Amino acid sequence: MTSPDRFDARPEVLRLEGVSLWLSGREILHDVGFSLRAGELTGLIGSNGAGKTTIFRVILGLETPSSGRVLFAGHPRPHRNRLIGYVPQSIGLDPDVPLRARDLVALGIDGDRFGIPLPSRGRRRLVDDMLEAVDAQAFADTRVGKLSGGELQRSLIAHALISQPRLLLLDEPLASLDIRSEQEVVGLLARIAREQQIAVLISAHEMNPLLPVMDRVVYVASGRAASGSTEEVVREDVLSALYGHHVDVLHLQDRILVVAGKDEGHHLELEREQHALPPRGLG
Amino acid sequence: MFAGFMVHAWVVATMVAVVAGVVGFFTVLRGSAFVAHAVPQAGFAGAAGASLIGISTFAGLGTFAVVSALAIGMLGKRGRHDAVTALALVFMLGLGALFLSWSEEYASAIYALLFGEVLGVSTNQVLATAVLGVVCISAVVILYRPLLLSSVMPEAAEARGVRSHRMEMYFLVVVALVTTMSVPVVGALLMFSLMVGAPGAARSFTDKPLGALGLSVGISVAIVWIAIAASYETDWPVGFFVGVLGAVFFVTGRGWAAWRRSGAGRVERARQPATGPMRFTTATGMNTEPT
Repeated sequence: MTSPDRFDARPEVLRLEGVSLWLSGREILHDVGFSLRAGELTGLIGSNGAGKTTIFRVILGLETPSSGRVLFAGHPRPHRNRLIGYVPQSIGLDPDVPLRARDLVALGIDGDRFGIPLPSRGRRRLVDDMLEAVDAQAFADTRVGKLSGGELQRSLIAHALISQPRLLLLDEPLASLDIRSEQEVVGLLARIAREQQIAVLISAHEMNPLLPVMDRVVYVASGRAASGSTEEVVREDVLSALYGHHVDVLHLQDRILVVAGKDEGHHLELEREQHALPPRGLG
Repeated sequence: MFAGFMVHAWVVATMVAVVAGVVGFFTVLRGSAFVAHAVPQAGFAGAAGASLIGISTFAGLGTFAVVSALAIGMLGKRGRHDAVTALALVFMLGLGALFLSWSEEYASAIYALLFGEVLGVSTNQVLATAVLGVVCISAVVILYRPLLLSSVMPEAAEARGVRSHRMEMYFLVVVALVTTMSVPVVGALLMFSLMVGAPGAARSFTDKPLGALGLSVGISVAIVWIAIAASYETDWPVGFFVGVLGAVFFVTGRGWAAWRRSGAGRVERARQPATGPMRFTTATGMNTEPT
């Protein structure tokens, strides 16, 4: 059990208070509230369509909540915010696009500004340092369309980090990665959160890869969210209330399986199959 | 080949080639080649209509090009706009055909609008082309970064406050302006090969965005110069040479990329088992020089 005092000592970067969102007559988010602190890695866990991407859009200011507040370091969110780094879900890039990993990273410095940037030693060093920080030097000059999933993900993280944000949002960064790259990316994100004292929010439909490094979890189901430490949130009573029907939380070695209640036993078998992965921590 | 009346042709064609190469880079990057085909057809209809009622074809061309580009952008606001683009294309082509049928005495002028008339460029046209060219290049220079970002990662661009749809509208207007300056010179059917052939070929030769932009301009200028010289010598239409050369450069680029890939593939396989310093050699051995 992690002590709450350790969290409270860290400065709060973002707070959502009672955020609800209605879009074309449907309530997409209902009373969602959580806070993110500097140096912490938070998992935004939920199945597809639970509302994870909508929560990101609210944080980014692309959706305005119907009620509730989004506070950035205690203040209302400024209109344009360079303090948030965002890594979108798998960008499908044409392999012919003439853009190298280092160009993608450089676009993160000031890609929203007008004009063509003049090449300078300072810019180049900034990009090189960032590439080194995410261990991407080896493919810095490779076209983004030719990068592997893990290489692209690291380049995108560098793109989002180079403007020195205080909050880093990643939309399903592990979705299309093999287990080895998955572990590398998770380790990298944990290191970034600790070393640079950034609040990191990672959305995922599968929480197990994040368990070793996650300080907090925001669990989303049908537009509602519960947040806290893994022990506080990933429990049968909390999740059953969230889902609105009974779910079982099974601990299997150091993994957690959330499955539909006992009366729906066939789901259990299916979920086991899905999670039959080799034990983590080999690499 | 460089006597009196030919000077205008060389100057105007070079300006058109430079601008088409610059704007074409983004046309191909954004997957908007189809728009670069539809907008010139609208320009053609506008020019045909203008000559019918006796006003400046240049004005008719520009008006129809801008209006159709804006219409494609507005109607195609939600997601892909290929269906809207196709409708704009056939609608405008139909309109052009109607105007053409009403004004048979202008048939040769209409033919020039479709296939270009680089050898009959007037002094007024030189000036108008230069002004539009400067406007287009300035627009691309100003929009370069946000346009590049929203072309490759629209969601990340939105997150930083770059509105993708606004960028799309700006870009469509630039395409319409390029159309207005290019159609009288290379023709509505063939400016397409400068806007797509040259940048499409350029990206096979380099991995760098600015490098590809520059090379796109170079190839575009080469296509136009060779086409004019060949047209002068053979008396065949300039458009024929522009179209053929666009395809030749594109195919050459593809061939070069495939050849390089097979070479780079060997390097990649060789580096696979290595774990030490070997890891830091790049996969594409020939693109390691600094920007």
